[in-house]
Amino acid sequence: MEKALLSVRKLHKEFEGNTILKSIDLDVNRGEVIVIIGPSGCGKSTFLRCLNGLEDIQGGEIYLDGKKLQKNAKNISSVRQKIGMVFQSYDLFPHKTVLENILLAPVIVQKRKRAETEAEAMALLEKVGLADRKNDYPRQLSGGQKQRIAIVRALIMHPEVLLLDEITAALDPEMVHEVLQVVLNLAKNGSTMLIVTHEMTFAKAIADRVLFLEHGEIAEESRNPKAFFEMPGTERARQFLKSFEY
Amino acid sequence: MDLDVMISYLPLYKDALLLTMRIGWQGAAIAVVIGLLGSAGIHFKIPIVRYMVYAYTQLFRNTPLLVQLFFIYFALPKIGILVSPEVCGTWGLGLLGGAYMTETFRSGLDSIPKIQSESAESLGMSRSQVFRYVILPQAVSSSVPGLVANIIFLLKETSVFSTISLMDLMFTAKDLIGMYAKTIECLVLLVIFYLIMLLPVSVLGDLLERRLRHAEFGD
Amino acid sequence: MQSLGIDVLFKGTNFLRLLSGLWVAVRISLISVSISILVGLIVGVLMTSENRILKAVFRIYLEIVRIMPQMVLLFIVYFGTTRVFGWNLDAEIAAIFVFSFWGIAEMGDLVRGALISISKIQYESAMALGMNGKQVYYYVILPQTIRRLIPLSINLITRMIKTTSLVMMIGIVEVLKVAQQIIEANRRSSPNAAFGIFAVVFLLYFLICWPISRLSVSLEKRWS
Repeated sequence: MEKALLSVRKLHKEFEGNTILKSIDLDVNRGEVIVIIGPSGCGKSTFLRCLNGLEDIQGGEIYLDGKKLQKNAKNISSVRQKIGMVFQSYDLFPHKTVLENILLAPVIVQKRKRAETEAEAMALLEKVGLADRKNDYPRQLSGGQKQRIAIVRALIMHPEVLLLDEITAALDPEMVHEVLQVVLNLAKNGSTMLIVTHEMTFAKAIADRVLFLEHGEIAEESRNPKAFFEMPGTERARQFLKSFEY
Repeated sequence: MDLDVMISYLPLYKDALLLTMRIGWQGAAIAVVIGLLGSAGIHFKIPIVRYMVYAYTQLFRNTPLLVQLFFIYFALPKIGILVSPEVCGTWGLGLLGGAYMTETFRSGLDSIPKIQSESAESLGMSRSQVFRYVILPQAVSSSVPGLVANIIFLLKETSVFSTISLMDLMFTAKDLIGMYAKTIECLVLLVIFYLIMLLPVSVLGDLLERRLRHAEFGD
Repeated sequence: MQSLGIDVLFKGTNFLRLLSGLWVAVRISLISVSISILVGLIVGVLMTSENRILKAVFRIYLEIVRIMPQMVLLFIVYFGTTRVFGWNLDAEIAAIFVFSFWGIAEMGDLVRGALISISKIQYESAMALGMNGKQVYYYVILPQTIRRLIPLSINLITRMIKTTSLVMMIGIVEVLKVAQQIIEANRRSSPNAAFGIFAVVFLLYFLICWPISRLSVSLEKRWS
């Protein structure tokens, strides 16, 4: 079997005495799209944040391409460059234009040449349909546009894995579509992604694998999303899915 | 420090405090009225009035109270407008404060999203009902922090009244120091009396602000 | 009707004297503002500290500045400390000390406000892009903090200039004092000069403060 791109072993996370994540094991293969669902507070967002070293973990290990990931370690920056992340709230830098937002990290972190990076940025902007907004400031954009820029900003780092944390949860419904379309295209082109979402139709369409998280544990895992969404194996997942009218 | 001296000064300070507070609060009341009218003039874009209000607020916000008082007290009589020190203090403070209050209330009014008045109108309310029941209560509660800050600012500004020979706290302290040279005693009393005047306002203002914030957002 | 004092203004060096009086007030303000901004930056960062003692100290400091009129502080420093410690204090030094004491508190509070208003997600998304701590501060946090602070600091300058009119009360000859002197000297020949002279002083203050406060407002609008 192919060696996993991202491996999580016995990941344990506590916060102020409460256990948030219990002994999570997961292997993510290259090109795989994993959708994580579960009730709010189940730890799914925290899980993504651990994978990017934004949270301290109290036990277990995370490996990317065989390299161990540790918060506060010297190599954290280089690992993070390989793991892109997009957050729920629009997190563009308000004092920089769209293009500057995209170019900042590749130029100062990866020390890439501005000219060629800019060409790549423009190509990516073209793909998400926002090339004409390159000189706008974030406050001039709609929520959906900001999220598409945030995705581009993550993509330009050439990440091996992309973490998407409820990226449509704060959007008006009519803007959700334009963002999901971008993500579906990424999946088609073979990007490796871990996606936390409440959009069930989207989850069904995009997932290679579904994780149902509850009380900090993987309560159910399915490599057949269609079957999972029609007939989950566990009662809890059935209850959870029933609460969504989709 | 000579306690007996301080006690003997108390009645003088008490009178000065009462005068300072009377003028301070009257000025603040005038300021609130001017502020409400002025902000309405700007918010509802009343022609001509809004430009006059704008000129007034800019003029009074960008000059010191001391200069305003000198102008009212020493300059206006030369063109036939005579005012007593007390009237000068009250209206000087009122005009200065009015300019600040106008700004505070205006930003309170502007902070209410348009959808609020639209949804109220869609419920069949008249425009004056919308203003009275929907806009005004919200504008007032979002203006409270600014209002409290302005009142404290105005009460502090009363300290320049001594220059137009009003017998306020500052005047009394200065007068007594000049007369008996009990500098420390006079200054300590001055601080104590300003605390009496301003500490309750500061504390109450904080409480009010906190309560309103809870009422508004429910947490 | 007699002249309202405009002729007095242009008699001899009167107008120049007024301007140099204004310069005294502006000079004291600029020195105090510079001290306030520099020290206020440090104090503001310290104010975000979780240390209890530090928090209590700053709380008391801010409350003193919030409720004590600057005039009272001026009297305490100029008349009170000279009496208690028996030293000779230059009035201008006393004024700069008091206005800086006030300005540092104001500036510190502004800095604290600006720092805590930058959301955690800004730090996190910068880190998620692989930036190290220094890069996050230099490229993401600092520019945003400074943008928020520049209009507020400019605003502090106008407030400082307005407040310095108080220094005439401790015997510094600034514009109001010069105005009084001019009016007094011309009382016979031009008894109504008070109107023209004080109107001009009013206007001078406005002409200095108004452009500065417009600048502050427009920067704030542009960067918000």
